[in-house]
Amino acid sequence: MEKDVILRVNGKTHTVRVDPVTPLLYVLRNQLELNGPKYGCGIEVCGSCMVLMDGQAVPSCRIPVVEMAGRDIVTLEGLAASDGKLHPVQSAFVKEQAAQCGYCLNGMVMAAVALLGSNKKPDETEIRAGLDRNLCRCGTHTRIIKAVQRAANEF
Amino acid sequence: MKEVSYNPQFSRRKFINSLGCLTISFSLLGNAWAEAGPSLLEETLPGSLRHQPRLDAWLEVLSDGRVRVLIGKMELGQGVRTAIAQVAAEELDLSFDQVEVHLAETERTPNEGYTAGSGSMENSAMSVRYAAAFARQQLLEIAAQRWQTQPEQLTMNNGKVTQKGKKQILTFAQLLDGNQLQGEVKLPVKLKAPETYRYVGKAVPRTDIEQMVRAQAIYVQDLRMPGMVHARVVRPPAHGAKLLSFDEQAFAAKVPNLLKTVIDGTFLAVVAADEYQAILARQSALEHARWSDAPPLPGGQDLAGYIRKLPAKSQKVLDRGSTEALDQPDGKTVKASFFKPYQMHGSIGPSCGVALYKDGTLHVWTHSQGIYPFRDGLAKMLGLEPEKVHLIGTPGSGCYGHNGADDAATDAALVAMAMPGTPIRLQWMREDEHAWEPYGSAMGMEAEARLDEHGKISHWRYAVWSDGHSNRPNSQPGNLLAAWYLAKPFPQLTMGYFGGGYRNSEPYYDIPNLRIDAHAFVGPLRVSSLRSLGAYANIFAIESLMDELAEKAQQDPLAFRLAHSTDPRAIAVMKKLEKMIEGEKTAPNEGIGLAFSRYKNVASYCAVAAKVAVDKNSGVVKVRRMWAVLDAGQVINLDGIINQTEGCLIQATSWTLKEEVGFDQQQINTRDWTSYPIIRYTEVPNVEVAVIDHPDLEPLGAGEAAQAPTAAALVNAIYRASGKRIRHLPVKSSDVVG
Repeated sequence: MEKDVILRVNGKTHTVRVDPVTPLLYVLRNQLELNGPKYGCGIEVCGSCMVLMDGQAVPSCRIPVVEMAGRDIVTLEGLAASDGKLHPVQSAFVKEQAAQCGYCLNGMVMAAVALLGSNKKPDETEIRAGLDRNLCRCGTHTRIIKAVQRAANEF
Repeated sequence: MKEVSYNPQFSRRKFINSLGCLTISFSLLGNAWAEAGPSLLEETLPGSLRHQPRLDAWLEVLSDGRVRVLIGKMELGQGVRTAIAQVAAEELDLSFDQVEVHLAETERTPNEGYTAGSGSMENSAMSVRYAAAFARQQLLEIAAQRWQTQPEQLTMNNGKVTQKGKKQILTFAQLLDGNQLQGEVKLPVKLKAPETYRYVGKAVPRTDIEQMVRAQAIYVQDLRMPGMVHARVVRPPAHGAKLLSFDEQAFAAKVPNLLKTVIDGTFLAVVAADEYQAILARQSALEHARWSDAPPLPGGQDLAGYIRKLPAKSQKVLDRGSTEALDQPDGKTVKASFFKPYQMHGSIGPSCGVALYKDGTLHVWTHSQGIYPFRDGLAKMLGLEPEKVHLIGTPGSGCYGHNGADDAATDAALVAMAMPGTPIRLQWMREDEHAWEPYGSAMGMEAEARLDEHGKISHWRYAVWSDGHSNRPNSQPGNLLAAWYLAKPFPQLTMGYFGGGYRNSEPYYDIPNLRIDAHAFVGPLRVSSLRSLGAYANIFAIESLMDELAEKAQQDPLAFRLAHSTDPRAIAVMKKLEKMIEGEKTAPNEGIGLAFSRYKNVASYCAVAAKVAVDKNSGVVKVRRMWAVLDAGQVINLDGIINQTEGCLIQATSWTLKEEVGFDQQQINTRDWTSYPIIRYTEVPNVEVAVIDHPDLEPLGAGEAAQAPTAAALVNAIYRASGKRIRHLPVKSSDVVG
């Protein structure tokens, strides 16, 4: 059942012994003890478990970990510089106070980073489209849009 | 922070010592010096402080001179931690970073009931304000004795006390010299004058948002402990179904990584060392369980009509003057019926509890909104003494009401009791949360009013039909989901608190003849507190009717409301809103609607406007912009109030346009975000919030005030854009089309 799976996460290579069908999310949270990606729906519709896979924001709650071989995974933990300096998107979320409970924040930040990676100066419509896979229940959407605009200006 | 270390042997005192905390003590001295002008004195202490007046229950001075504040409220995303620290830093003249806040933990923090009803500022923050101000008086008195001078000769700044014209400095810790504070907060307490505030009223940033972006372990879902294992609960297909049989042998054969199956009556949970293996075990367990049929649900029926025919306990809420004139068939009366469906809290993160039963004590980490009443109910269910149940409030995913938090923690506790010594993390699956959380009740409203010859409302009659709005634990096992399903069950309690059903049922307008009735039914679905309780539906009905009456009176909707208002603060928020939307242009398919309410009729004032565009061919409603003006008395944290109000506008827009719990005759069938959609980015309006600050008044809760007027502002805007009156929520395109 279990086998060794090699994963590249946040610039480091890890070998984890795990049932290879385990979705990436659980391996990140439990074997690698990362808190960024969160379980939300398990069927890729809420975005709270998003990670960057080769620069694209993707949900991690269904994709089997075994399919991650050779991929470059970045989680929320991997965005800040090694000296602790926040990524411009993280910093913009703090400056705009773009959270209430913050449970969805992981996915929002990852989706925003991916968006700005492919479109350095998105307009408001493009930001909304870029974050549309991510659900927020507290209603912080408009602050998050402002945070992404701020990050785009400061990038 | 990868791991939360925990030693359950810690006693409270040891815990304090281990963190280098120095508690304060002295005999209460005469405080004749504490002269205060009458404007600074209150008649009574704030609510929470009346129940727990001991100063050391609220404040601890740490050995480094900083202060720890203890409160019984939970962080729900409303930023309570920051607001409390602002108030304490203000009264003790500390810098903001010299204050830390310890939230809800049994036997550690004061018992402040529930974090609910927008009450944290009015109760908790005001208790901290008085406790901190009282502590300030005492600290100055001690310093004055030490230096043989008068308190008036001393100054306090950033945790240091100095004597005017002298160089000596004492920190709080030095002043107290290892002693303990044992006094009770007593009036009179001299409070700081608002014009000297450094922190209160300012937009002090929340410090926990940086922790969030750094992915630090701050949620109960993030807890990790040595030896912790993962559990999942296996619920029946529907409420009331019983577990007939479970083929444990066949199940165990299919699930090689199973650690344990816990069965108690119909309560069924599975445990594995690995979280995903626990999820697979749950799926497999569902295939090996046979359940009885559940009592039928009224699926497929007209719910609006159904709830009004249920047996109801009726009460007269208000009866003023005579409303008989409403029955005259002379065309001067406007009458309409309204409906709001069952709606979910819909937390993005399914509820989670972590539990450990060790050495005769059960420790539970929970995002419950009321740790003490939950503790007492849980202890009774498990047959433990309350002192043997230790609850540690730990933030979860936002809920704004009674979601699955207490139930998931109860599930974890049942598993922990069956596996002593092993920490259990149990998170609900998405469908557990969607199908089993207690919903906000469906409600029916009937409103009618009559205009006099001057176009003013002379008579008003209103009736509301609703289930209860609080079935929180309330120290009773019968409000805990798992308790109903144990081999020795605790029957489900219904109709805990009905007051929420008629919350805001009285219009906050001057109307001479008024009659309000409330009809309490026990409905088909499990219900409890959802943000603003019945105020959302009642204001939807009242403010819709106000719009219809304004039209009948041929008056501007805002002017019509102002003509029925005498409270200057109500008038001020409406006039401010008028200014904000002044000059906003609308296309032919667009409209602006507005609504007003004062939350609970005694708390925050809020006026909301919405601008919508309606596609009359498709019936699609697009919310373009929303505005809100809020008066929450004294502002504690300006950005916190704005954030909460923006959130209310967006969340209530989602409720109004999209949300309805669905069920057939057997079960809930809205079990994911596809069948129960909520608002997404491409649908969210841009929002603008203005706050009117009253530094000299008491603060009022702001977390729910905008929830109530939002629905009416939206449907009134839809009417302006399309000519269609929406009286049945959520708004359906078929009701708007044409």
